[in-house]
Amino acid sequence: MSALTLERGINEFKAQLDAPMASFFSSCVSCGMCAEACLFYTENPDPRHTPIYKLEPMRRVWEQEYTLVGKLKKALGLGKPVTDAELAEWQELVYNNCSLCGRCSAVCPVGNDITYMIRKMREGMVASGHAPEGLIGASTRAVQIGSPMGVKLPALQAQVKHIEKATGMAVPFDKEGAEYLLMLSSMEIMNYPEYLEAVGKILTNAGKTWTLSTDCFEATNSGIQIGSSDIARELVSRVVNAAEKLKVKTVISPECGHAYTALRWEGPNLIGRPYTFAAKHIVEVLDELRVQGLLQTEGFEEAKLTFHDPCQLVRRGGVIQQPRNLLNLVAKNFVEMSDAGAMNWCCGAGGGVSANEDANEVKMKAFQRKKKQLDELKVDTLVTACANCRIQLEEGLEENEMDLPVVGLTEMIAEHLVEREDKGGAS
Amino acid sequence: MNEVDFLLWVKGPAFTFAAVVFIAGVALRLFEILSLGRKQNFAVPKGNPMQGGLREIWRRSLPVDKPTFQRSLFTIVGGYVFHIGLFVVILLLGAHIALIRSVIGFGWPNLPTPLVDAFAVITMLALLAVLAHRLRHPVKRFLSTPTDYVVWGATFLPLLTGYMAYHHLLLSPQLMLALHILSVEFLLVIFPFTKLMHTFTLFLSRWYNGASMGMRGVKS
Amino acid sequence: MRTKQPDSLFPQTVGEHLRAQGISRRGFLKFCGLLASSMALAPAMVPKIAAALEQAKRPSVIWLSFQECTGCTESLTRSHSPSIEGLIFDAISLDYHHTLQAAAGYGAEEAREAAIKDNYGNYVLVVDGSIPLDNPGFSTIAGVSNLDMLKEAAAGAAAIIAVGTCAAFGGLPKADPNPTGAVSVADIIKDKPIINVSGCPPIPVVITGVIAHFLTFGLPELDSLGRPKAFYGQNIHDRCYRRPFYERGLFAETFDDEGAKAGWCLYKLGCKGPITYNACATTKWNGGVSFPIQSGHGCLGCSEPDFWDFGGFYRALSIPSGVSGKTVVYAAATGIAAGVAVGAMNKKGKTDAVGLHKTVTVEELNQESQS
Repeated sequence: MSALTLERGINEFKAQLDAPMASFFSSCVSCGMCAEACLFYTENPDPRHTPIYKLEPMRRVWEQEYTLVGKLKKALGLGKPVTDAELAEWQELVYNNCSLCGRCSAVCPVGNDITYMIRKMREGMVASGHAPEGLIGASTRAVQIGSPMGVKLPALQAQVKHIEKATGMAVPFDKEGAEYLLMLSSMEIMNYPEYLEAVGKILTNAGKTWTLSTDCFEATNSGIQIGSSDIARELVSRVVNAAEKLKVKTVISPECGHAYTALRWEGPNLIGRPYTFAAKHIVEVLDELRVQGLLQTEGFEEAKLTFHDPCQLVRRGGVIQQPRNLLNLVAKNFVEMSDAGAMNWCCGAGGGVSANEDANEVKMKAFQRKKKQLDELKVDTLVTACANCRIQLEEGLEENEMDLPVVGLTEMIAEHLVEREDKGGAS
Repeated sequence: MNEVDFLLWVKGPAFTFAAVVFIAGVALRLFEILSLGRKQNFAVPKGNPMQGGLREIWRRSLPVDKPTFQRSLFTIVGGYVFHIGLFVVILLLGAHIALIRSVIGFGWPNLPTPLVDAFAVITMLALLAVLAHRLRHPVKRFLSTPTDYVVWGATFLPLLTGYMAYHHLLLSPQLMLALHILSVEFLLVIFPFTKLMHTFTLFLSRWYNGASMGMRGVKS
Repeated sequence: MRTKQPDSLFPQTVGEHLRAQGISRRGFLKFCGLLASSMALAPAMVPKIAAALEQAKRPSVIWLSFQECTGCTESLTRSHSPSIEGLIFDAISLDYHHTLQAAAGYGAEEAREAAIKDNYGNYVLVVDGSIPLDNPGFSTIAGVSNLDMLKEAAAGAAAIIAVGTCAAFGGLPKADPNPTGAVSVADIIKDKPIINVSGCPPIPVVITGVIAHFLTFGLPELDSLGRPKAFYGQNIHDRCYRRPFYERGLFAETFDDEGAKAGWCLYKLGCKGPITYNACATTKWNGGVSFPIQSGHGCLGCSEPDFWDFGGFYRALSIPSGVSGKTVVYAAATGIAAGVAVGAMNKKGKTDAVGLHKTVTVEELNQESQS
């Protein structure tokens, strides 16, 4: 074990820089459109919050290490080396003021994927010792305890027993050969226990075999949030090992944003090989069941409601139409907010922001963007499919004295579920 | 050195130098970028990365949606006007096409010169407008380095001197033409080492971004 | 043009001389009118020119021909009909001219030396052809180098008229690689007024106009290259009758295509009109019949310095002289070579960095955050 130093951080920048990043740095024309697309700028207009500006130290490393002109400048003593103080200064830009939501990547006219760049920059920030306390704590708990919130298996088992007793439904652990392995987020276990019950009910009713794992229940990945592939790899490997040990067909990622990103997109690259199973978000699975005719519902929500698109699910995950298909099953008065779909605005708490106490103030400022969208609409209920978004939305609504309940999509679907006569191979 | 000798020098050795620095520089920069490679992606694509990459190359030339367009209206419209203007002036003027043909071996039809002249005026006005915007917009002003302003000047001068040479303004036609060509040579020499490289690298950047979008099954 | 005996021993005014030639008063005034209009002078000046020419003494003119092709003399002496331009030569005492003089050998040289001595300080020296400096032996007259003869003759001249682009700017001999080290008159003589009447050759009436101007008004107003503004103040491009086609972007692509037949602009066929100053587009040639562009050939720029090195008579003005397809290939190859080298350095740098990566552990994270 060695210390986290500037040298180690700069080395990590060097290791992370690749052709896409070099291309992005070469293409930026300083047009400022990324700032105008970023809620951390629009709701808090400090030019330092401009997405591409957050990359400045890494850009200098790229120039000095990987371009001829930069190398010559460095040799002539004209290069400005990146200092530890600078990285300390950049910490709040890279972590507090970025939720990795992806809007900047979607609008940049020259095509820069700034989200990709910030994710890579965090690798260097971590290695240099400039990551936020909150994320360090979450990562530590995740690695050492198995949950960033410190939730342990017995707590989950207790919850499971409670559900089994209340519903009569079986909630299996370690069932080898089941079709689905269900992963959870600590947030759901702690704050939204109705999720597990809802999922269990829907899957059982559809006649699907499913299971939890005692080896690993946590889907969220603090390593992704803090930006350390090493830690992320450790955490996602637990999921992969559990899935492969139980020989399941599909791993279901829960109502969470970055858990899906961790499992679906980063996981295979962290472990360096493809999975032997499919990775899907619960919303994807529910929509598949709907298409297969295994998800019958009855009745409609009275309330006028709208859907908040979790960034990692929709814009960064490609699950855009499915939540709408599902909502239309059970809602007659579903209205879309402005910018709905792949360009919807972040809740403000993704990418590790919610676990970072230093970001509390800017997080609430960022929420103002969502507030404006909601003010335009005047709905009675807000539906979403990510537990982290849900916490942020509830906090934000409360702080702004808005009386608007927030509901999880799976939970809502389960409430309208029609019991099937023939449940097939349910245990 | 009289004006004609100056013109001959500008058209001769100076142009050769600028052209060599430009071509070699662009090649160098592209290799610098591509040599860093990209790791293989083991995730299962939801859409088609290849198609996504190709699509984004042209799709990114259009604003992603109306609200984004409205939020960044001046940047987008101003940017379009001067880019289209530059395209017309550089590639559709008879004299320029003759020059290009002499280098690459083929050319194409030209537009009437007064029409190109009008485009040159519009382009210069647009460039002045975007400069003013850059100086006033808090983000642009903050992001801009001295190089950004030099690049602006290097883009503006050929238009101005070309216009003056065509209209026989201020200085003799020989000198004005020489200054025009010299200003283009300056632009060519700084091109590979400044953000002007976006002319080429934006294809790469849009491709990488689009491939990621294709991987994720997100269509813009 | 008939041969002439030098008659500087019998001074006559120009007016007397012209009358002796049988030129009517009307014809004389017509000539003065032509001179006035070709120099863009007001009609009110015509009587002044007439009066001045009437009284002007016939000056001695010594014409030295150096590295020249005799084209300038040919141009001047060309006449389709008995023309006044030709007769102006009667108004000057042409005391030495290789082509036009009757004498030869020592007799001719003696006439030159006598004219210099007798009219010292007052004669007009006309020079055509460039002067070689690399080796004086490249061009000699009667064993005397051009350089020496020029210096000697210039010393006693009232003014020097450098006729033709060779004398004015170096012309053809000076073209790259300039094997004789050819230079212009102005490169050698620094202490006498020099009027550059450039062109390859110059237009006949331009010559006569300049001489007439000198006789009547003294030195004409000159541009930055020493050329009389009256004849060289206009750009060919600005006076070209095909300019509307340039404006409309209609260019002939070859010498016999539809555009060429329709008289379109010759820019793409190499016309150097835009950077050439001369009177061709207005005064024209052969008594105002035509000029190169009107005949379907682009302007060569022959009244400009170094026009031989403009990059090619048939290459458009916008085409740079040095860059070709080969240049592009060599430049790209250089760039690729440099790129491969830097690319290899990049790859190594990255591989080293990846190799130096130490796994980040939560223990390390906590260690750092405690400090």
